[in-house]
Amino acid sequence: MSTALRTRPAAADVPVAVKRRRRKSYLLTGLVALFAIYSLVPMAWLLINATKTQDGLFTSFGLWFDDGKFALFSNIHDTLTYQDGVFVRWLGNTVLYVVVGAGGATVLATLAGYGLAKFDFPGKRGVFAIVIGAVAVPGTALAVPTFLMFSKMNLTNTPWAVIIPSLVTPLGFYLMWTFSAEAVPDEILEAARVDGAGEFRTFFKISLPLLAPGIVTVLLISTVATWNNYFLPLIMLKDPDWYPITLGLNAWNAQAATAGGQAVFNLVITGSLLTILPLIAAFLLLQRYWQSGLAAGSVKE
Amino acid sequence: MLVFAFVFLAPIAYTIYLSLYRNQLVGGNSFVGLDNYTKALQDSQFWSALGRVSLFLVVQVPIMLALALIVALAIDSGRLYGKAFFRVSIFLPYAVPAVVATLMWGFMYGNQFGLVKNINDWLGTTLDPLAPNIVLASIGNIVTWEFIGYNMLILYSALATVPTSLYESAEIDGASQMKIITAIKLPAIRGAITIATIFSVIGSFQLFNEPSILRPLAKNAITTFFTPNLYASSLTFSGQQYNYAATVAIIMALVTMVIAYVVQLRGSRDR
Amino acid sequence: MRKFLPIAAVALLSLGLAACGGGDDSSDSSSSSSGTVSDADVTAALEKGGDLTVWAWEPTLKQVVTKFQEKYPNVKVNLVNAGTGNDQYTALQNAIAAGKGVPDVAQIEYYALPQFALGKSLTSLAGYGADALKADFTPGPWSSVTSGGTVYGLPMDSGPMALYYNKEVFDKYGIEVPKTWDEYLDAARKLHKADPKAYITNDTGDAGLTTSLIWQAGGKPYTVDGTNVTINFADQGATEFTKVWQQLITEKLIAPISSWSDQWFQGIAGGTIATVATGAWMPANFTSSAPGGSGKWRAAELPQWTAGGTASAENGGSSLAIMDKGTNKELAYGFMKYANDGDGVQIRVDNGAFPATTKQLNDPAFLNTEFKYFGGQKANEIFAKSAQNVVTGWSYLPFQVYSNSIFNDTVGKAYVSSTTLADGLKAWQEQSAKYGTEQGFTVK
Repeated sequence: MSTALRTRPAAADVPVAVKRRRRKSYLLTGLVALFAIYSLVPMAWLLINATKTQDGLFTSFGLWFDDGKFALFSNIHDTLTYQDGVFVRWLGNTVLYVVVGAGGATVLATLAGYGLAKFDFPGKRGVFAIVIGAVAVPGTALAVPTFLMFSKMNLTNTPWAVIIPSLVTPLGFYLMWTFSAEAVPDEILEAARVDGAGEFRTFFKISLPLLAPGIVTVLLISTVATWNNYFLPLIMLKDPDWYPITLGLNAWNAQAATAGGQAVFNLVITGSLLTILPLIAAFLLLQRYWQSGLAAGSVKE
Repeated sequence: MLVFAFVFLAPIAYTIYLSLYRNQLVGGNSFVGLDNYTKALQDSQFWSALGRVSLFLVVQVPIMLALALIVALAIDSGRLYGKAFFRVSIFLPYAVPAVVATLMWGFMYGNQFGLVKNINDWLGTTLDPLAPNIVLASIGNIVTWEFIGYNMLILYSALATVPTSLYESAEIDGASQMKIITAIKLPAIRGAITIATIFSVIGSFQLFNEPSILRPLAKNAITTFFTPNLYASSLTFSGQQYNYAATVAIIMALVTMVIAYVVQLRGSRDR
Repeated sequence: MRKFLPIAAVALLSLGLAACGGGDDSSDSSSSSSGTVSDADVTAALEKGGDLTVWAWEPTLKQVVTKFQEKYPNVKVNLVNAGTGNDQYTALQNAIAAGKGVPDVAQIEYYALPQFALGKSLTSLAGYGADALKADFTPGPWSSVTSGGTVYGLPMDSGPMALYYNKEVFDKYGIEVPKTWDEYLDAARKLHKADPKAYITNDTGDAGLTTSLIWQAGGKPYTVDGTNVTINFADQGATEFTKVWQQLITEKLIAPISSWSDQWFQGIAGGTIATVATGAWMPANFTSSAPGGSGKWRAAELPQWTAGGTASAENGGSSLAIMDKGTNKELAYGFMKYANDGDGVQIRVDNGAFPATTKQLNDPAFLNTEFKYFGGQKANEIFAKSAQNVVTGWSYLPFQVYSNSIFNDTVGKAYVSSTTLADGLKAWQEQSAKYGTEQGFTVK
C-alpha cells in the first residue's frame, strides 16, 4: 500500500476527471440491474402484501395488489394498536437496545481496535487469536451459559441482559483493528508525539477523523446486528414488555398456532415493513456520511 | 476488556466445564471426563450436520462472494447508470432482520399457494424449494440474498480506497479492463476479500436462524440436526442435554477457528 | 436435580463477581408440598393477597385474570406470555435450571406434563385436596394431569377430537361424510380425482396427530411405570393407523402443507383442504384465522377404525400447574382453581375456549351454542360426545417433549421419501428409546 501511495505524484499530470468521464455501459447496467431486481423483489412483495387484509393475503396473487381492497393504512393502524399498542413499545425497546448497545459497542470497538493496532504490548498475537476465537464460538452455545450466569446476577428479564452482550462485537473490534492499522499511518502519530501532543489529543484531533469511515461502518454493522438480534433476547427475556421487535413479530407469527389464537399474518407483514423502514432510513442517512467519510479517508497521505 | 471477559470468556469457560459432565433426568449430574467428546466424534448426526454446512460453505460462500465482487467492481468501474441507486438497493436486504427475511421467503417458497406455485404454473415445472434435497439450496438463496450487499459493501469500500491514479496510468498505457482488475484492483483489496471470506466461513458454520425459522414449513426436510448449531440448540432445548450440546459447540468452535485461521494465513501470506 | 454451585464457582474464578448463591436450592420440594393445605388456607391466602406470576399463552386467561382481580382485589396477577408451547418449556427449564425467575403457575400441555412432574419441577396437588375435584373433569384430561397416581395440575382445556369438513366441497363432488377411516380414504381418492388441486387434508408429519390417531385406534405405544418405560409402535392400534395413512401418503392424497402455515389457512379458507381432524378447540382458530371459510365448514364425529365404533381421543389441551420453585403456593392454587374449576371456566368458554369440566360440557346453554362458522350447527354436542368417548389408558412418555421434537427426523422421512410409515415409527421408537436410556430410564 505504501509503495502505491508513493507512485501518485508521478501520475499527477493525468487529468483527475478521467474517472467521471467514463463511458456508461448499458450491458453492465443491465447486469447489475438483475442483481437489484433480485434484491428488491422480496421487498416489493413485503410492500404489496402489507396492503392486504388477512383474508386478502390468502386469496390474491402474491406479487400484485388485492383488487379493490387497499388495507395498508388500516393494517398500520391495527399493527400500532393491536394488543394495546405493544408494537410501539417493542419499537421503543429496539431503539433503546440499538442506541445503548450498538452505540456502546462502536465506542468500545473503536477504542480497543485502535489501541491494539497502534500500541505494542506483549501477547498481542494472543489477544488477536482470542478475538478470532470469540467470533468463531457459536452464539447458540454461549446463550445458555450466559443466561445461567446472568440469571444468578438477576439480570435476566431486564434490558441489561440484551444490552451487555451486544456491547461486545468481536467483528467490529476486528474491523476497527485492521482499519486503524491501515488508515492511520504510524508516521503521523510519530510526528504528533514529537510535537508533544498527548495521546488523547492525538487520538481526537488526528486519528478520529481518519477513523471516521471505519467507525460509521462499524456503527452500521452493530446497529443492524442489534436491530436484528433474535436469539439472545429469546432466551433472556420473558416479559413481552421488554421484547425487541423481532421477538415480538415472531410471537405474533407463532400465535396463529395456538388453540384460540388468532392468525395475524397481515400484521406480521405490516410490522415487518415498519421494522425495516427505520433501518433503511438510518442506512440512507449514514450512507451520506459514510460516503463523505470515505472521501476523507482516501486522501490519506 | 472487562466486558469482553464477562460476556465471552466466562461463558466459554462454563461451556467447557459443562462439556465434561453429564446430567440425566434420572440419576443426576456426574463427571464424565471426555466421554461427551468421544460420543460426539462417533455421532453420525453430528457428522451429517458438519457435512451439510461444509457443503454449504464450499458452494454458497464462493458464489455469494463472486457475485458480491462482480457487483462491487461494476459499481466501482463508474460505468453504470444510476450507480447510487444500485448500491443502495443491493445493500438493502442486509437491513432486513433474518427473522423477517426468512418469514418472507418462506411465504414465497410455498409451492401450493405461494409465489413458487405461480412460477411453477407458468413454467410448467413442479419445483418445491422446501423438498429435502433442495432446501439447502433454498436456504443458500436466502443467505445469499441477505449478505450479497453486505459483502459488496466491504469490497466496494476497499476498492474505493485504491488510488485512482494507479489504474488510470495503466489505462493510458492501454491495459484492458480485465487486466486492470486482475493485476491492480484484486491484489489491492486482498485484505478485504480475506475478511469477507473469514466472516462468511464463520457464518456458514454457525448457520442457524434461517433453517430454524424455516423449519415449521419444512419440518421433514430440515431435521433437528440440520446444522451443528441447530443440533446443539435442539439438544439443549428439547432434550435438556446441556452438556452434550456444550461439547458439540466447542468442537464446532475449534473447527471454525482452525479454518478461519487457515484462510487468514492464506490471505496475508503474499501481501 | 441440577446443582448450581459450579456456576458461582466459575464466575468467581474468572471474574471475582457473583455473590455466592450455591446454598439456596439445596433440596427438592421441602416446602408445603407434603403438608396438607385446606380450602380455608387457600381462601385466607386469597383474601390476604399478594403477587402471583403466571406463565401462559392461552388467550382467554386475560379476561379471567381481570375478573379474578375484581373478586380478590388484594391479589395482583402478573400474566406473562413467555412463548407458545416449546418456547415456554425452554424458558421454564432455563429458569428452573437457574433457580431464579420461576413463575408460580405455568400452563403446560398434557403431553409435556409428565416430563415436568418427573423432573420434580411441579408441586404435587395431593395436599391441596385436588383429588376431590376428579368428578369435575372429564376422564381424558384428568388422567393426563395424573402421573404415577399423583395429581400435578388442573386441566384447563381439552381437545376431544372431531372431523371438521368443508361441506361445500363435499356437496360439490357428492362426497359422503366418512364414518370410518376406510371411507375417509375413499373420499380422499374421489376428491383428488375430481379436483387435482384439492386434498382431503394436509399432513407433513405431526407427532400430536399421529399419537392421537393411534390412541383412538386403541394403541398404547407408551407404558410408564416410574422410570421403567416401554415404547412399542408395532401394536394393533399403530398398525391400523399406518395401514390407512400409508395409503394416503403413497397415493399423494394429502397436501404437503404444514399445519398453521399461511398456506394451510389459505387451503382451509379456499376449499383446497377439505377436512381437518383435530381437537375441539379448533373452531375459535377457524373463525379468527380463516374467516374466508365461514359458513362452509361443519363438524362431524371422528371417523372410526372399526365400523360402528364410537372411539375418540384427545388432541392437544393443557393444564395449569404450580411450580415447585414458585412462592406463595396457596395463592397459586387459589388462582388455578378459580380459572380451571371455578368461575373462570365460564369466562373462558364465553371467549371461545373448550372446557375440560363436566359442568360446562353438560350445560344446555353450552350444548345449544350455534356456530356461525359451521352454518349454525350445534357443534358442541359432537364435541361433548367425543369427550365422553375418549379411549382410556393412554399415557405419554416422561420425555415426550424431546421425543416429539425428533418425530420429523424419523417418521417425517415417510412423507418425503420411500421410507414407509411403519419403518419411520420404528426409527422414532428406537431414537426415543436411546434418549430414554441415556437419560437413565429403563426402556424396553
